[in-house]
Amino acid sequence: MVKFRGGIHPREEKEATAYKPIEVAPLPSRAYIPLSQHLGAPSKPVVKKGDKVFTGTTIGEPQGTVSVPTHSSISGTVFDVTEMPHPLTGRPTTTVIIDSDGNDTLDVSIKRQEITQLNPERIISAVKQAGIVGLGGAAFPTFFKMSPPKDKPIDTLIINGCECEPCLTADHRLMLEKPNEIVEGAGFIAQALGVKNVYIAIEDNKPDAILVMREAAERAGFNVVRLKTKYPQGAEKQLIKACLNREVPSGGLPFEVGCIVQNVGTAYAVREAVLFNRPLFERVVTVTGAGVKEPKNLLVRIGTPIRNLIDFCGGYNGEPKKIIMGGPMMGIALGSDQVPVLKGTSGVLIFNQVKEEKEQDCIRCGRCIEACPMGLSPTRLNYHIKAKRFAAAKSDHLLDCIECGCCAYVCPAKIRLVHNFKFGKAEIARLKV
Amino acid sequence: MSEQKSTLLVTASPHIFSPVNVSKLMWAVVFALLPAFAGSIYFFGLRALLIVLISTFSAVLFDAVAQLLFGRRVTIGDGSAVITGILLGFNLPPNVPWWLPVAGSGFAMVVAKQFFGGLGHNFINPALAGRAFLVASWPTQMTTSYLAPRGGLIPALSQDALKVCTDAVTSATPLNVLKQGSKLVLPGCDPRLLYEQLQSWSTLKRLFFGNTGGCIGETSALLLLIGGILLIAMKVIDWRIPLSYLLTVAGLVLILPGNKANLLNYTLFHLLSGGLMLGAFYMATDYVTSPLTHKGRVIFGIGCGILTVVIRLWGGYPEGVCYSILLMNVATPLIDRLTLPRVFGTRMRR
Repeated sequence: MVKFRGGIHPREEKEATAYKPIEVAPLPSRAYIPLSQHLGAPSKPVVKKGDKVFTGTTIGEPQGTVSVPTHSSISGTVFDVTEMPHPLTGRPTTTVIIDSDGNDTLDVSIKRQEITQLNPERIISAVKQAGIVGLGGAAFPTFFKMSPPKDKPIDTLIINGCECEPCLTADHRLMLEKPNEIVEGAGFIAQALGVKNVYIAIEDNKPDAILVMREAAERAGFNVVRLKTKYPQGAEKQLIKACLNREVPSGGLPFEVGCIVQNVGTAYAVREAVLFNRPLFERVVTVTGAGVKEPKNLLVRIGTPIRNLIDFCGGYNGEPKKIIMGGPMMGIALGSDQVPVLKGTSGVLIFNQVKEEKEQDCIRCGRCIEACPMGLSPTRLNYHIKAKRFAAAKSDHLLDCIECGCCAYVCPAKIRLVHNFKFGKAEIARLKV
Repeated sequence: MSEQKSTLLVTASPHIFSPVNVSKLMWAVVFALLPAFAGSIYFFGLRALLIVLISTFSAVLFDAVAQLLFGRRVTIGDGSAVITGILLGFNLPPNVPWWLPVAGSGFAMVVAKQFFGGLGHNFINPALAGRAFLVASWPTQMTTSYLAPRGGLIPALSQDALKVCTDAVTSATPLNVLKQGSKLVLPGCDPRLLYEQLQSWSTLKRLFFGNTGGCIGETSALLLLIGGILLIAMKVIDWRIPLSYLLTVAGLVLILPGNKANLLNYTLFHLLSGGLMLGAFYMATDYVTSPLTHKGRVIFGIGCGILTVVIRLWGGYPEGVCYSILLMNVATPLIDRLTLPRVFGTRMRR
């Protein structure tokens, strides 16, 4: 089996939720839906204060080419359309606040579709209209990924069920509970791309998921690939390397090596969009960590404040010290528990204990270089950034850093490498180095 | 709104970290050196204990004083100064005067380490720099202060061999005997007999267990190997440096001309004598002064091996471990630059 170089083996910590079926979280009484939940331009609000909306009603229209619409996740009344700090970036973002009427009335457009002829254009347009973005965390608009440039032939679709981040089990549970739906969705994506070769990649720490997915995939003629459990196995470039032994060129995208990667949750959402015209207004979120009483996998409406989820999970266990949106390796630490769940939110982690070790000088042990899956030399990049040598950092491929956190995880001197690299990248962009 | 807002910690990812930290790594090395330390006390008595303790305490003290003087955070708790102190002590003959380790530690910590910025910034191994300083400044004390170990003689030869062949009062260590060779042989005696004795299984056994003359911590290959293999197993040090170092020495002495009794014994003699085990496992592997990459570490080990053999066979010293590692330390930045890993998605370098 081909492997990617580098990577780490942090403790998985998935036992708390791996055996817990997905529960439906209660509707929020008030949903906060930012109109920027994807890479690319935020969508433009098409509702105003006092408007009546249904579950799935479009509340934001796409702006620009890499943009998707945003939908209401509950039925009720628009309480306000206002600027609020974005949960991940902190930048002011137009947010639609909706008060629930408690009925959860579906928008009339959501119904079983008559599928007479299913062509790529129709699939892609359904995916775009449904506002689907990559549910793995990066939130890249899915329709855009499904429309590669004409001169780049795609031969392989990889459905990513690795879920390599510790603590998270949302994809794992979805694969166990909706294997046929995921395969059906993958089939639609494959059809839109015109590819025959479909791989479903799963880490070998989820043997049960491999089993059920294999069964479902067999009927469709797709292959389930069992991959070694190693972080970041689910990172797009590393996944392609491990499955196909192809290397996405530096600065390039997967379609340059004839390949497209979609998360299992995304495949599921694509099925819902194609068959039912159902927009992406809910997703599976793992709520876990020592700081919550009863860790769970939840089906959550986008825009639900995470505090609601924590309350549904029995509340805090002790005083929360850190709340993370996403996994422990790449997730974003939040300043408040009122932040809403976004399309890209795969987990909410609550720590009631945080050990912050003092940063020391680099002892040149080389562990970061060994761990880096991109073949970078983090210690060297860090020296460049500390010395404000941004051009040198760029020529040493800082922009190839995928911010997976392997280097910072292994660093015995506890140097905040990812933090410094994010700063370095921002400076390169700002100074146009 | 939530009252938790103010107490939540917001930092960049990642949010979990490996339990390994600098002091754990350093103290693991100190721990691994303990068998050899115990052995040295067994072989050379309390004198060895005294010298190593003096060098260790003075190293920690000099490190702290230098950090205070230079306005740096005092980090003596991380164990790095303790390692330097022990290693410097290990590199001294047991019978040196008590002030010698003090002078050596002073040079090691202040000049070789803190002048260049402290832990992580020094470009040569401080313990070896201290030793090189002492050899240059007090050559007599550094080359004649050997003690006969318990159950052995300084040259590791048998009593009989000494009587038959050599000047019995010589204080030369095994490598010294090999180097000076016929000069030590009494008139009318065949020097080949001496080399045969030197490379006999009984001598090799002494070299392996440690009852031969030499510096305090370098005589027992066995005890050094135990600690070294432990460090490799615990992933504290990378096996590439010691392995490539030892293999290079073995390969070169095998093929280069020398006073060989037989090939296997001669090769083993070179591997087991002098400071090779100590150097290969504990000093060449010093993170700060050795290359960062796997490939670079192999090159570093091979370089150390070549220089050690060259100095041993043709140089002015019987032993070449200290200088070979120091010279390769200086080459480390260059090796690092030439062996940067291939960035994912870039073409293979030619």
